[in-house]
Amino acid sequence: MTSANLTELPEEEIARGTLRDEGGPIFWEPWEAQAFAIKKLLCQKGLFSEVEWSAVLGEEIRRAQDAQDPDKGDTYYQHWVTALERIVGDKTIATADALKRCRMAWDAAARRTPHGKPIELPKDWASGLALS
Amino acid sequence: MTLRVRALETVLLEKGLIDPAVLDLIVEAYETRIGPRNGAKVVARAWLDPDFKRALLEDATAAVSSLGHVGEIGDHLIAVENLPTLHNMVVCTLCSCYPTDLLGLPPVWYKSAPYRSRVVRNARGVLAEFGVNLPPEMEIRVWDSTAETRFLVLPMRPAGTEGFDVDALASLVTRDSMIGTGLPKLPEVGP
Repeated sequence: MTSANLTELPEEEIARGTLRDEGGPIFWEPWEAQAFAIKKLLCQKGLFSEVEWSAVLGEEIRRAQDAQDPDKGDTYYQHWVTALERIVGDKTIATADALKRCRMAWDAAARRTPHGKPIELPKDWASGLALS
Repeated sequence: MTLRVRALETVLLEKGLIDPAVLDLIVEAYETRIGPRNGAKVVARAWLDPDFKRALLEDATAAVSSLGHVGEIGDHLIAVENLPTLHNMVVCTLCSCYPTDLLGLPPVWYKSAPYRSRVVRNARGVLAEFGVNLPPEMEIRVWDSTAETRFLVLPMRPAGTEGFDVDALASLVTRDSMIGTGLPKLPEVGP
């Protein structure tokens, strides 16, 4: 019942943080909602199972704790995104290289787009790239 | 983070694995329709109908599915009943496994290390932080959820609710009372 890793957390770490919430929003940022839905949909399509997902998510949470994340719940969806990037790579659904190229393409598109205009990705952003 | 998620979405879209309209529907469902009201109706029904309660405690997945208003409830749902001598609490020590289709998405504290680690060490102390003080002789059991097995706490029906219908009873069932970090609301006393 007890997770050995979690009970090894230092006392002061455990003592911090409040356990109450006052019915805050389900998602604090739009990207959290998108990341939640992407995982749900990929799981529904059978690209990975809930068991595989919770193992990867649990590992990423643990890794973040090791890197000094106080893990008070507010960084949860950051771990979710990291786990999502990892599982799509592990399952050869999308490579880390493809995701990185795509991030750079979106970033470049945002930089060259004047304020107020819609940001669009060039159609050839993935040219020469094996997506998986 | 926005950029990372946008990249995930773009690559998966190009591979034909996701549809933005479906993503929007999923988000909308969780933001508006899927929440603790589903679980509250299950609890209220169990309070009213002894046969349903027996079925729920025997095989919660089948019992909840028989109500027809819930989507996926996970492979294996277990209902654990609070008694005058026993209080149940639920945690996921690994990540945040939770019966989302009955309770909606888990609250921030459920996903936090302080809750996940403290509840297994000092359940009584955690309950006190939630404003719930149980008599020292009451046993507290903590159930650890997994991706395959999820738990729903069946709280005790509050006194003074004789004659209440399902909706009136369901209005007393809080999300926290189904996680075990709270108790159901008490009925308002009439003038």
